[in-house]
Amino acid sequence: MDIRIVDIAKDFGGTGALRGVSLDIRDGELIALLGPSGSGKTTLLRVIAGLEIPSAGQVLFANEDATNLPVQHRRIGFVFQHYALFRHMTVFDNIAYGLRVRPRAEQPSRQEIGQRVEALLDLVQLPGIEKRYPAHLSGGQRQRVALARALAVEPRVLLLDEPLGALDAKVRKDLRRWLRELHDRTGHTTVFVTHDQDEALELADRVAILNEGRVEQIGTPDEVYDTPASPFVMAFVGDTTSMPIELRDGQATFAGKRLMADIIGSVEGQTQLYLRPGDAVLVKPDPDDLAGTVLGVRRTATGRRVHVRLDPTATEIEIEAAASRNVSVGEAVGVRILKGRVFSAA
Amino acid sequence: MAAAIRLRFRRRSAIPGFGLALGYTLFYLSLIVLIPLAALLLKASGLGLRGIFEIATEPRVLAALRLSFGLSLAAAFVDSIFGLVIAWVLMRYRFPGRKLLDAAVDLPFALPTAVAGIALATLYAPNGWLGAVLLSFGIKVAFTPLGIFIALMFVGLPFAVRTVQPLIAEIDREVEEVSATLGASRAQTLRRVILPMLTPAMLTGFALAFARSVSEYGSVIFIAGNLPYVSEIAPLLIVIKLEEYNYAGATGIAAIMLAVSFVTLLAINLLQAWTRRFAHA
Repeated sequence: MDIRIVDIAKDFGGTGALRGVSLDIRDGELIALLGPSGSGKTTLLRVIAGLEIPSAGQVLFANEDATNLPVQHRRIGFVFQHYALFRHMTVFDNIAYGLRVRPRAEQPSRQEIGQRVEALLDLVQLPGIEKRYPAHLSGGQRQRVALARALAVEPRVLLLDEPLGALDAKVRKDLRRWLRELHDRTGHTTVFVTHDQDEALELADRVAILNEGRVEQIGTPDEVYDTPASPFVMAFVGDTTSMPIELRDGQATFAGKRLMADIIGSVEGQTQLYLRPGDAVLVKPDPDDLAGTVLGVRRTATGRRVHVRLDPTATEIEIEAAASRNVSVGEAVGVRILKGRVFSAA
Repeated sequence: MAAAIRLRFRRRSAIPGFGLALGYTLFYLSLIVLIPLAALLLKASGLGLRGIFEIATEPRVLAALRLSFGLSLAAAFVDSIFGLVIAWVLMRYRFPGRKLLDAAVDLPFALPTAVAGIALATLYAPNGWLGAVLLSFGIKVAFTPLGIFIALMFVGLPFAVRTVQPLIAEIDREVEEVSATLGASRAQTLRRVILPMLTPAMLTGFALAFARSVSEYGSVIFIAGNLPYVSEIAPLLIVIKLEEYNYAGATGIAAIMLAVSFVTLLAINLLQAWTRRFAHA
C-alpha cells in the first residue's frame, strides 16, 4: 500500500518532536527511518501507526486520509523494540490474538486460526513452539513471534521499531538477512526505525535520514552514502572526517598549500572539506603533499585507521591505511587528499 | 541419603547465608506462629473429633461460622474489584490530591479497629448521617449483617489496593498499544490482556482481605448488634464462650475456623499459582 506523509508536525515540548515531515512510501517498499535518538524517527513511525496524533499534517493510506483513523482500524502490523508479547499467553494465543478480537462475523473458524498460526510459525521458522510462553523463548525467537503476530492480521503496512535493537550482534546479523528475505518473499510494505546505519543501508530499499524532527535526505543506500545532501547525512551514514580549507574558483588550499584533490560541490571562500577515511592516503613526507604527525593507530577489520594531526595546524583527521602498512605513533607522514566534499551552508 | 541432602544444602552460592537464614526463619516462624497454633490444636484435641463435630453442628455456632466466612468472602470479593479500580486510578492518572488519596488507602490499617467500628456504627445507625438516609429507603445497615459486611470491606480494602498497585505500574504501555494495533477495542484489551495479567495479584489481595475479615473482631462488634443466629460472628462467639469459662468450646470453634481458613487460603494460593503458570521460565 502506498503511504503519503504530508507536512507532519508533532510537538511534545521535548525531544522526538517532528517539524514538518513529508515522505512518500511506495507499495511493497522496505524503507528505513534512520537517525540519532531524539531525531523523531520513532515518533514518525507511531504517527503512521496511529499511536500518536500529529498536531498538523496528513497521513494518507492508499490516497485515503487516515490521519484521524483510529489505530484499531488502520490494519497495520506494529512490532515494538522489546516485542511487547502478551506474557500470560502461549505463543499460539499471542499470534492468534489479532484474529480472535475480530467481530464475530469476520472471525475465522477455530480450524482456520490453527492453520494460520501454524503457517506463520513456519514462515518465521519456529515450528512447534505453539504451547510455549514468551518467558521460555530467546530474544531472537520473541522477535520472530512478535513479527508473526503482526503478520497474522494481514496488515497493509508493517511497522518495525528498532526491530533488532535488543539483540546481540550475531543474532542481529542473521536476523537482518532473514528479515530482508522475508520481505522479498511476502512483499509487505515495510517501514522500520533504526539508529544503526549499517542496518539501514544493508536492509532497506530506501533510507530516510532524520535529524531534529526533519528529513535530511531520502534515497537509496547508494545515494545517501555516495551523494549525501548534508554534512549530517555524510557523518551519520559512514565514518567522516573533516578539515578547514579555502576554496577559490575550484582550487582548494589548506594552510596555504594547494590540494590536488577532487572536490565535489561548489563553495567560495572558507569552508569545511568532508572526506571518508579512504579518501586520503598516507605517503612518504614530500613537499608537494600535506605533512602530518601520527597521533594514534587502530586496527579495524579491513586495515588500519590512522589518526593524523596535519602540520602546522591543530586539525586532526582519520585516514584508512592498509593493514600491511606499519605506522608508529609520533611518525612524520605525508598526507595526500584524493577527494572530498563541500556543502554550501543551508 | 543424608549425605545427599547435606550436599544440596551445602552447595556453594554467590548469595551466602542460606543455612543461617533458613534456621532463623524456622525458629522465628515456630516461636511466633506454629507454637501458639499447636497449643490451640493440642487444647482442641482434648475434645476429640466427635466433640469438635458436635460443636460445629451446634445451630448457633453453625450460624456464626456461616456468617463469618460468607461475609468475609463477599467483602473480600467486593474489595478486590473496587481495590483494582482504586489502584488503577491512583497509578494511571495524575490529578491534584492523588498522593493524599493514596495515603488515605492505608488508614484502615492504622486505625484501631474499635474506633473504626464505633465510627461506622455512628454513621450507619438509624439516626446517623448515612443510616437515616438509607433507612428512608428501607435499608437498615447498623446492627444487621449488612453492617458487618461494610465493616469487613473497610478493614480489607488496603490489602486489595496495595497488592495490585505494583503490578499495574509494571504493565507496559506497549502491551496495550500492540493490542490496539492488532484491532482490539479498549474493552477487549482490558478483558484479554490487562485483567489476566492482574489476576494473580488480585487473588493475593483477595486472600489477604479474606484472612483479615475472618479474624476481624474490633470493628464488627460495634456495628453488628450481635444477635445470635442473625448478626453474631464466630470470633465473638469464641469470646462469649471464654467469658462463660467454656475453654473447650472456645478452642473448638477456633480450631474449626483455623481449619476452614487454612483450606480456603490454600485453595486461593493454588488458584493463584495456576494463573501465574506463564511466569515460570
